Amino acid sequence: MEELVKAEQTIPVSKPAAPTKLSKNLTYIKKNYILYLLIAPAVILTIIFKYIPIYGATIAFKDFSPIRGITGSEWVGFKHFISFLTSPNFIEILMNTIKLSSFELLIGFPIPIILALMLNQLRKSSVKKNIQLALYAPHFISVVVVSGMVFLFLSPVGPINALLSTFLDKPISFMSDPDYFRSIYIWSGVWQGAGWASIVYVAALANVDPQLHEAATLDGASLLQRIWHIDLPTLKPVMAVLFILAAGGIMGIGFEKAYLLQTPMNSPSSEIIATYVYKRGLLAGDYSFATAVGLFNAVVNVILLGVVNQVVKKLNEGEGLV
Amino acid sequence: MNNQIKHPKGDRVLLLTNNILLTIIVLAIVGPLLYVFLSSFLEPNAIIRKGLSLNASDWSLEGYTRLFTDDTIVRGFINSLLYSTGFTIVTVLVCLFAGYTLSVDGLVGKKVFMVFFLFTMFFGGGLIPTYFVIRDLGMLNTIWAIILPGAVNVWFIILARTYFKAVPNELKEAARIDGASDLKIFFKIILPLSKPIIFVLALYAFIGQWNAYFDAMMYLDDRELHPLQLVLRSILIQNEVQPGMVADVEARNELMRISEMIRYSSIVIASLPLLIMYPFFQKYFEKGVMVGSLK
Repeated sequence: MEELVKAEQTIPVSKPAAPTKLSKNLTYIKKNYILYLLIAPAVILTIIFKYIPIYGATIAFKDFSPIRGITGSEWVGFKHFISFLTSPNFIEILMNTIKLSSFELLIGFPIPIILALMLNQLRKSSVKKNIQLALYAPHFISVVVVSGMVFLFLSPVGPINALLSTFLDKPISFMSDPDYFRSIYIWSGVWQGAGWASIVYVAALANVDPQLHEAATLDGASLLQRIWHIDLPTLKPVMAVLFILAAGGIMGIGFEKAYLLQTPMNSPSSEIIATYVYKRGLLAGDYSFATAVGLFNAVVNVILLGVVNQVVKKLNEGEGLV
Repeated sequence: MNNQIKHPKGDRVLLLTNNILLTIIVLAIVGPLLYVFLSSFLEPNAIIRKGLSLNASDWSLEGYTRLFTDDTIVRGFINSLLYSTGFTIVTVLVCLFAGYTLSVDGLVGKKVFMVFFLFTMFFGGGLIPTYFVIRDLGMLNTIWAIILPGAVNVWFIILARTYFKAVPNELKEAARIDGASDLKIFFKIILPLSKPIIFVLALYAFIGQWNAYFDAMMYLDDRELHPLQLVLRSILIQNEVQPGMVADVEARNELMRISEMIRYSSIVIASLPLLIMYPFFQKYFEKGVMVGSLK
């Protein structure tokens, strides 16, 4: 009631000069404060767990001392960045990160699309459903279990070596050979994720008007021509968005599986920025240095996302992510 | 789709190839799963060496019985259940609330909120500063370190917002005319209509947390608090079969054989529940992916 009275009183006063945007907004917020209460938990949690750490990342420019805390530690400028960029492992770790994720993108991005196009050719929807059910299953297995399966299958006494033993005199130590790490990482990822990733494409293809295909077939178009001229253009918008996100995330390649599949022997190819940050920071206690490395990674990532977005926009007639 | 039309010969060859390839792919997906399942009852590599034996004496439950002689795996199960349930409740509520607010037309500050949330998807302070915050809040070795830091899921918020936007405005207006408050509208009208989206979000949250290990590894030192995935990690990746499980085994060969069986059975124990349940929920998962892909 009180609010209503107040609102009425302000009308004559504000008549000569239209109410400012600010006061209008304030009355809106007052009237709908419930909405702001509802969003408050999300905002508070985001500030605490996302924005305060961004402030905390200033230790990348300091020599962090646990006694003095984040604010009290001494500023050292770009010392830690320079020491990372000039360290002997810098090139190796950077290249490992870039190689692992670009190969993953190169292989992991097209496979779900091909899979969706293949599934789309199935006539019987019951068959299609069952195949999809099988293809999605690995998505529900944890990354720990998938990595565990990789270790079991590829161990020197595991089934793969047992199968190969007819051709080879001695077992291959897949997990301790840096040459195999990337293939193992990427193909186990395809095994686990490609089916699930195809869902979006399968759904997009379901929206294609069947009459288009019929008309094209009557005109003598072959299956491949119809896929090329009807199906693929349908998928283009989805592909563009997913490609930007995937390519923009190249430097942000996941820690979880790389860390699990890493062994001391394969680290020449498995040590990536994320695992390096974890080891130098939390395991070795080199807080400032590790934060600098992480920050370097995050900044490169944002730049990359922007660049990829612009490039795709150019190629895709102005349609990008943002 | 277009059954009536006769396909050219080239197309039929292509379709046949397609079917063969899909069969191979399905076998490549299901094969390893089946192999793990069978091997958990057989000696390691028995299938490769001797083929699938139908002789009952070759089969044993030893991997399973030994797995349960030690309480780590049971405790991991209980912990995971607790963490996943708690996380699901918190994250679904927080994201539904935020999604509702952001779905309201004409909300003052909507853009600011969106930028505020979206920004965190692309940039963050990193591992160590986040660890510091959680440590300074005294959350290390508590359930809160698992539940709270990941509770705001921007993608969930967008999913919820998209869903709420589709609720007809007339419904809210009618309730408002009847004198219902915003809060009442949300709880009495919007939420009951939102069961599908709540279900989708809850499924995603629960399974995501059930399968996660990273936060627990970072924030929970205490082994008593370890969720299932960390227990599995020590068995599968770090090769630490719990001493309690093999206390009576002395011969090295025997130890290796039994450890191997324990590994296979732990995979089955950990993965089977979800693999059996997910087909029943498949349509909800697909729905979630679809809503999410619409911007």
